[in-house]
Amino acid sequence: MSHESPTTAAGHEVGHHVPLWVLAATLVVLLVLTAITVGVTRVAWLDFGPTVNLWIALAIATVKATLVALYFMHLRYDRPFNAVILIAALLFVMLFVGLAMMDSRAYQDAVQEYRAVDPARYAPALESP
Amino acid sequence: MTTLSSHKAAAPGGHDPHLAHHFDTPAQQFESAVLGMWLFLATEILLFGGLFCAYAVYRANHPEVFEHAHVYLSKPLGAVNTVILLVSSFTMAAGVWAAQQGRRRLLITMLALTIACGCGFLGIKVVEYEHKWKEGLLWGKHYRPPEHPISLAAHVAEEHGQPGPVEPAGEVDPGWVFHPADDGPRGLLAPGRAASVLAEEPPVRNVQTFFAVYFAMTGLHGLHVIAGLVLIAWLLVRSVKGHFGPAYFTPVPMVGLYWHVVDLIWIYLFPLLYLIH
Repeated sequence: MSHESPTTAAGHEVGHHVPLWVLAATLVVLLVLTAITVGVTRVAWLDFGPTVNLWIALAIATVKATLVALYFMHLRYDRPFNAVILIAALLFVMLFVGLAMMDSRAYQDAVQEYRAVDPARYAPALESP
Repeated sequence: MTTLSSHKAAAPGGHDPHLAHHFDTPAQQFESAVLGMWLFLATEILLFGGLFCAYAVYRANHPEVFEHAHVYLSKPLGAVNTVILLVSSFTMAAGVWAAQQGRRRLLITMLALTIACGCGFLGIKVVEYEHKWKEGLLWGKHYRPPEHPISLAAHVAEEHGQPGPVEPAGEVDPGWVFHPADDGPRGLLAPGRAASVLAEEPPVRNVQTFFAVYFAMTGLHGLHVIAGLVLIAWLLVRSVKGHFGPAYFTPVPMVGLYWHVVDLIWIYLFPLLYLIH
């Protein structure tokens, strides 16, 4: 009987079969991106200051994460709804972090005022971004 | 249509042992499992989101702490661990393919390789933790300022392969040395002050906040690595017993998705903690 492999027999796959060469190519790209993200920290003229460096590092990390999600996690071949769940979770994290940072910044004046009372005691003034 | 007919093909001979009653087809059953897994992974991302939030707020308010403290993390070890996790993600994904194709030996090999990579990752993590434990680079009140603080100048010189002044001698550019908190923001240091004095004083206040964030984030991540290893070991036992084949392999891609999320988190942790510059 065909119940041993009910789906392959009918030519319909359960889940997408991502071929090995696609997975291997993804790994190579991920390793190259890792080398780049480490490499730029060792080259003096690629130092654009802490803020820009942070955004560059985050951009490279996001490209890597996208590759992992699309190919290793099959999101590219899955139902789009799974991607919607992932993106929704990421949006909520960004909302959370963004609002927390805005809130934290909103109170900076009060913090500085408090520190100014005894400058010897408190950490150096924040670099105004 | 094809799925329906395939199901009917299985039905007359009896019930497909892997198909639960409340699903029409194996494909529908599988997609439901994937959907449930992604919902769980969303909660995992939100869990780590809290720690990323703590990181963002601390770093925005105390950039000097992060710039100073990251020199105590080993960039080579972090990079090796990143490569190990990426390779393990590949072997896991290849294992999923092997399970779908019914290649049992390849599946067993790939799962074993994934476990080996995960153990390697944890081993390096233990080395890193042990070093910080000995040096007192810990959270909160357990933090002990290092006896021989690494100056940022020495760190930068080592980064760029210059033989430069590693020991803080008189000629270190004061712009690169981390000032004690009482001296005010970087750049306001009175010129001519001996760099050796700088090295002796506690360089930056509240460095323990960095290590609290570091241990919380890598610790929670490490727990996830351990959980993933237990699950992959379980898959390995079942695949040795021959439980997985083209007809049924759902647990393999489910654990795979979990393992990839562990990798995803590390992809962000590595630059955020180790590669500050």
